Amino acid sequence: MAEFGTMRVKSGLAEMLKGGVIMDVVNAEQAKIAEAAGAVAVMALERVPADIRVEGGVARMSDPEMIVGIQEAVTIPVMAKCRIGHFAEAQILQALEIDYIDESEVLTPADVAHHVDKWKFTVPFVCGATNLGEALRRITEGAAMIRTKGEAGTGDVVNAVTHMRSVFGHIRRLTTLAEEELYTEAKNLQAPYDLVRWVAENGKLPVVTFTAGGIATPADAALCMQLGADGVFVGSGIFKSGDPELRAKAIVEATTHYQDAEILARVSAGLGEPMVGISTASLDPSQLLETRGW
Amino acid sequence: MEQLRIGVLAVQGNFREHAAVLRRLGAEAIEVRLPEQLEGLDGLIVPGGESTAMTRLMHLYGLDEALQRFEQPIFGTCAGMILLDRDHLAIADISTKRNAFGRQVASFETDLDIGHGEEPLRAVFIRAPWIEDAGEGVEVLAEVDGHPVLAREGRILVAAFHPELTDDTRIHELFLNQVREATSVRA
Repeated sequence: MAEFGTMRVKSGLAEMLKGGVIMDVVNAEQAKIAEAAGAVAVMALERVPADIRVEGGVARMSDPEMIVGIQEAVTIPVMAKCRIGHFAEAQILQALEIDYIDESEVLTPADVAHHVDKWKFTVPFVCGATNLGEALRRITEGAAMIRTKGEAGTGDVVNAVTHMRSVFGHIRRLTTLAEEELYTEAKNLQAPYDLVRWVAENGKLPVVTFTAGGIATPADAALCMQLGADGVFVGSGIFKSGDPELRAKAIVEATTHYQDAEILARVSAGLGEPMVGISTASLDPSQLLETRGW
Repeated sequence: MEQLRIGVLAVQGNFREHAAVLRRLGAEAIEVRLPEQLEGLDGLIVPGGESTAMTRLMHLYGLDEALQRFEQPIFGTCAGMILLDRDHLAIADISTKRNAFGRQVASFETDLDIGHGEEPLRAVFIRAPWIEDAGEGVEVLAEVDGHPVLAREGRILVAAFHPELTDDTRIHELFLNQVREATSVRA
């Protein structure tokens, strides 16, 4: 008997994306450029985070027509975003047979207290996290992949680094705790004890962990990979830059050869203008996306 | 017995899990990102991942041609099976159909009959391909709904599913036995 939508099948797709780059695209043409450049998946959305930031307003799930157009344009997996807690949007995305749903803080949250119960879906979910407790709560709700949040649409990698340092550093500390200390640690993390114990014993999250938010250069991608990310999401960084095709290829290459500085130097050269950045330190706290989700 | 040195193509995809299984079985696992890293290997695993991304990354550094020159046993899983087929590296005499079962909602796990009176094998299929057509020299070892998903052709082994995602190591052991046979012939 074939079993569909098991955790192994859901997290399995994320396993196959490891060492790869997932790119935000807003139309079929960009999706084809991303695929040709070596993206392992595309994220279909109407506005990249940098535009959402500038234009403001309520950001929602993309028009299904646009999502289907992208699904028809490429053979790699297509992901799409639903608002935090908006399970009806998630149901629609599942009906469209999207390959992965990103319950994303980049869109305007639909629920200020509850995330989607992701166990109810056959389609796997990826969720953002800024620290280990948040990651474990999302996994408890059924997330099959985690991405550290970073600060989307800024081109500033500092928050992505902060979040990875927080998650991976905390995991390393967990592995050194005595058994009786894990109970208190589970309380402090606001996460289930069994999951905390699993992480302490295995020294990693039980699902693939990508990084996202503010990645704009091959060096940014290499930095994230060396810090322990399994792969990277690049949102505005590619199609808001001067030469998206060239930059997309360079970031893909940098993600594979992240430990080879000579290759990184070569692929970093002559890429044209990067996306115009916003220093996250200059943002008003109300403009931060990373604080969405609980 | 000398420890086997098995490469795992590591340009993208699920290479770490294959390496972990190989180490569990007592082999040395070596990540391969550049052609020169193929030297001195007794065998190679081409893992699952995204075949379009892997194709481009292999071509950039001439790994595609290096693999075609590589004479030791090769085991391709999922995207790795696609890469070995007639339309890609032409190392295995098979044609594959990509995403043959459908999108992710159609991904599944099942108990696979692998014959020879063996216990069924739990197999995980992720946006998996199947073998559409196989040449005369290809021995089909398992099927799903009449489509070959595990096959052997001389030194080449291919699987449409992911033996590295379960704790059952029989498929990797099968491959390592193929490698040992090839190594003893050479010696």
